[in-house]
Amino acid sequence: MTAVLEANGLGKRYGRRWALRDCTISIPGGRVVGLVGPNGAGKTTLLHLAVGLLAATSGTIEVLGGCPAGSPAQLARVGFVAQQTPTYAGLSVSQHLRLGAWLNANWDAELAKRRIKQFGLDPNERAGKLSGGQRAQLALTLAIAKRPELLLLDEPVASLDPLARREFLQGLMEVVAGHGTSVLLSSHLIADLERVCDHLVVLAASRVQVTGDVDALLASHYRLSGPRRDPAALPANQEVIQESHTDKQSTFLVRTTDPILDPAWTIRPVTMDDLVLAYMSQPPGTKNASHPGLEVIR
Amino acid sequence: MIRLTWLQFRMQAAAAAAALAVIAVVLALTGPHLAHLYDVSGITVCQAHADCASLSSRFLNQASAAFTDNFLLGFGNVVVAAPALVGIFWGAPLIARELETGTYRLTWTQAVTRTRWLIVKLGIVGVAGVAAVGLLSLMLTWWFRPIDLVNMNRLTPAVFGERGVVPAAYAAFAFALGVTAGVVLRRTLPAMAVALAGFAATRLAITYWVRPHLITPVQATGKVVESLPGGGALRLWPAAGPHGPAGTPVTIPGSAWVYSIQQVDAAGHVVHPVLRAACHRSQAAIDACTAGYHRVVSYQPSTRFWAFQWRETAVFLALALILAGLTFWWLRRRLS
Repeated sequence: MTAVLEANGLGKRYGRRWALRDCTISIPGGRVVGLVGPNGAGKTTLLHLAVGLLAATSGTIEVLGGCPAGSPAQLARVGFVAQQTPTYAGLSVSQHLRLGAWLNANWDAELAKRRIKQFGLDPNERAGKLSGGQRAQLALTLAIAKRPELLLLDEPVASLDPLARREFLQGLMEVVAGHGTSVLLSSHLIADLERVCDHLVVLAASRVQVTGDVDALLASHYRLSGPRRDPAALPANQEVIQESHTDKQSTFLVRTTDPILDPAWTIRPVTMDDLVLAYMSQPPGTKNASHPGLEVIR
Repeated sequence: MIRLTWLQFRMQAAAAAAALAVIAVVLALTGPHLAHLYDVSGITVCQAHADCASLSSRFLNQASAAFTDNFLLGFGNVVVAAPALVGIFWGAPLIARELETGTYRLTWTQAVTRTRWLIVKLGIVGVAGVAAVGLLSLMLTWWFRPIDLVNMNRLTPAVFGERGVVPAAYAAFAFALGVTAGVVLRRTLPAMAVALAGFAATRLAITYWVRPHLITPVQATGKVVESLPGGGALRLWPAAGPHGPAGTPVTIPGSAWVYSIQQVDAAGHVVHPVLRAACHRSQAAIDACTAGYHRVVSYQPSTRFWAFQWRETAVFLALALILAGLTFWWLRRRLS
């Protein structure tokens, strides 16, 4: 599968502060990719760079093989739902649809109308009077009806109640199923991502911590608990992602593709929650420092 | 993009059109009466009677009785304020509001490039602002024509900026200033404040520091300056004879914009009006001191009104273009 988004050493600096730094990432197409990370990790910056709202300070980014926002054609290929799903408060729902039709050559008016009807939006209602969930549906409709090849969503469900959240994600899944659109969705709500994503990118402290298909990631991570042990004493093929110790007991979250043979461990599979939290709480640069013996054992 | 701009702008456009329509009706109803007062005042044919001054003041009294002073003054202020209003309410929010509410993230990710978006926005709203103010100014220039013909003071700062084409150029500048302030500050309210303050400051600076230098003034030289009663005209006599001024005088009409009346010595240097103490001893001494002295009057004839109008229009349009260029640059480089 070819990459829909390819970033190399990508960085964005505001004054002296780097919002995103040295980000190298390749996001495969034809999937729903979850971009997870704590607040301030650079998720929004990465998405804004991908859609051309921002220009990179360093490095390169290619979206669908082109330069973001480089031309109307490129803009037409990428749909974007921004954080807090902005819409024009003074314009009605139907005026928003007209806006979409005016600004997008590939506009699918049928699809837009159908979605508005499906979610019970009154076409004459002003967008400022819509609930958060309705506004998000409107924003998603605008992004979908332009028929993009890649859909980028920046925390679209963060401000929605659980019911609206589920409805929104259902709507999104219908689109993916119907049009085969690639989706990159950022969120810090792991439960939601679990429901819709088949590929995961964990971004923390503006760096990519882990990336891979959800199934493969879940299958290659284990939680080990047993008698207290030094992490350096673990086999070389078990990469420690997270560790915690009491006086007598140690718990590790390890990544390995090989079977775990040590009978001393109680082995449990990890949930997406465990996995994401483990990678998110792992500060950059400490990985090697905490494993001074790793290379020696190898 | 044109349709979207219109959709977002139509309420403001309708408000402006309504205001212009009301003003147009008021002017159309009152203008003919003012013109009638002028026609029957006899000013047009007064050269024969040589009593123009009293006819003029009678006409002006009649005019201010018919349209109370406030009413007349109010119309002038509308033309002064209109460009500022365009800058504050059309220019400043144009992009600042998109940045403030985050809707730029919606619009700039549709299949229209940001540059094209800005071209259309600036084009439609800017041209509408310039046209509205231009129309207003032309209507008032028409309405005030009888009074201007009598007062003949169209070059004075208070009147110059309320007539002809310059108000339209002011509007272009105020609009561009509002847009630029909005893009740079990213907030509507501060941008409005900057647009108002910047526009007022620029208008004053250009009026008092730049406008006098747009055209080199005419200089008239003579021995004696005489102020003619009524209308502020000056008569410049080439010689001071024993029985009063002599020779063929030059008359500078009251409609001229007089910069200065200076006393100059034989070498052409400006002389301080107070004579040196040595000169005061006797009449002969005074005469000796002032032997080569003459007066130089620098002024702009009122016939240069349109030359000034077009030059100042060019100045403000150039400033507006520079600001527009800055906005494009800022939108492409700094906001990304």
